[in-house]
Amino acid sequence: MRLWPSFGRERAPRINRAPSSLIARGTPWLTVMLASLLPGLSLIASAPVLPPFGFLVFISWRQLRPGLLPVWAGLPLGMFDDLYSGQPFGSAVLLFSAAAIALDLIEARLPWRNFLTEWLVAIGLIIVYTGFALALANLDGAHTPLRVTWPQIVISILAYPLVGRFVALADRLRLTPFLEIR
Amino acid sequence: MAPPANRRSGFSRRAQYTIFISYFAGVAGVLLGVVLLVVSFVQPSAFVGMRALASDVTEPAGQVTATGRMASKNVFATVAGFIKAGSQHAKLERELALAKTRLVEARAMSVENRRLKGLLGLARQNPPPVVVTRLTSSTAASTRRFATLAAGIDRGVQKGMPVRSELGLLGRVLEVGQSSARVLLVTDTESLVPVRRASDGVPAFAQGTGDGTIRIKLISLGLNPLKKGDVFVTSGSGGLYRPGTPIAIAARINSDGAIAQVLANPSDADYVLVDQPFAPVPPPPVAPIPDSQ
Repeated sequence: MRLWPSFGRERAPRINRAPSSLIARGTPWLTVMLASLLPGLSLIASAPVLPPFGFLVFISWRQLRPGLLPVWAGLPLGMFDDLYSGQPFGSAVLLFSAAAIALDLIEARLPWRNFLTEWLVAIGLIIVYTGFALALANLDGAHTPLRVTWPQIVISILAYPLVGRFVALADRLRLTPFLEIR
Repeated sequence: MAPPANRRSGFSRRAQYTIFISYFAGVAGVLLGVVLLVVSFVQPSAFVGMRALASDVTEPAGQVTATGRMASKNVFATVAGFIKAGSQHAKLERELALAKTRLVEARAMSVENRRLKGLLGLARQNPPPVVVTRLTSSTAASTRRFATLAAGIDRGVQKGMPVRSELGLLGRVLEVGQSSARVLLVTDTESLVPVRRASDGVPAFAQGTGDGTIRIKLISLGLNPLKKGDVFVTSGSGGLYRPGTPIAIAARINSDGAIAQVLANPSDADYVLVDQPFAPVPPPPVAPIPDSQ
C-alpha cells in the first residue's frame, strides 16, 4: 500500500539532488511538536480520550531512528508539550526525558528489533507514562481516579502502530532529495 | 540479553564526549523536570504567562479547527436528519401541542413573577454577557479538564468569569492571555460548584469526576432525596456563578448524592458566553424567625 503519491520518486529527478539538511534534522522536532498540539485542537473533550500523541511520536522517533533525536530532546519537547497538555508544568519534561533514557537502557539489552518487541516496549512506556501523568496531575490538586485513564491507555496502545507508520512516512519524506547540488 | 560490558563508542574522543554530554543532558532534563514540577506545585502561577502566550500563538489555528469541527458536526446532523425526519416530525408535533399550553402557563407565571418582584423591589436584570466566543482547544490527552477560549484581555475576559453555553454552565476562566483564556471545565476534579435541585432547592456541591460526569454531593447528610432525572442549577451561594444556570441532570443515585450528566457538553457548544462574575447582594436584615418547636 502506498501512502504517498509518487512525489520525489519517479517524476522528480533524483540524480544530483540532496535532501535539505534543515528538513532532515528538523522534521522529528516539528512532528513531535505538532503531535503535542493535535489532541487539543482536534476536539473539546470532556474526558481524557485521545492518546498523548506528542509522547507517542517522540518514542516512535527514538525507536525508529535512535540518535536522530538526542537523549536530551525530551527537555525542550516536553516543555512545549507542557504548555498545551494541561498537565502541571514540568510533567512532560520529566517523563519524556525519563522515557528516552529508559528506552536506551532497554535497547542496550534488546539489540534486535521487530514489530512485536518494539510495540511491547512502547506499551510498557505508555502505561507508565499515563500512570505518572495522572499521579503528577493529582499531586497538583486534582483527584482523578485511575479508572478514568483506562480508555486512554487502550486507545494509545492501539494507536501506537499507526503513529509508527506516520513517523516512518515522515522519515521517508525527511530524506527526499530535492535540492540541486551545485 | 545483558548489555555489552564495553560501551565505549570508539577511539574518537570527540564521539565519546558527545555521547557523554548528551546523556548528561538527558539526566539533567529529568532533574529539571522535577524542579519545574516542584515550582509549579509550590507556585501554580509561575507558568501562567508562558502558557497564556503559548495559547495566544495557537489561537488562530484553534479558530480554524473549531470551524472545521462545527462544519463536520453539521454534516453528521444533516445526514441523521434525513434518516430520522418522519418520526422526528411526528414527535415534534406532539411536543409542540404540549408546549403551547405550557407557554401560556409560563406567560401567566412570568407576569405574576414580575408583579411579585416589583412588590419586593427585587427587579434585578442579569447583565449582558461580556463576550460570545468559541472554545478553540482542550486538554484531550490529560486527566485535567481545561479548554481554551478564543477571547482574552482584548475582549474584556477576566479571571474568574463563569463560562456557559445556551444549555448550561461549562466552567470558569482560570488564566487569561492577550487573545485567549484558559477555562476550568466543570467536569475537572478541581472544579466545585454550589448547586441546588431545580425543583425544590435541595443544596449540594457539584464536583467533576474527570470522566465527563459530575458528582453531586448533598450538603445535608441523611436520607438521600435525589431521584434519577433531577436537574441541578447553580445556587449562586458564595458568588462567582450566577444562580439559576442549569448544570447537570442526575443519572445514577449513590449513597451521598448522585452521579450526574453535564447538560452543556463542551464539544457540542458552538458558541459560549462569558458572564460577569456574580456578586451576591447582601441580604436585607431580617427579623429572626421564631423557632417552630
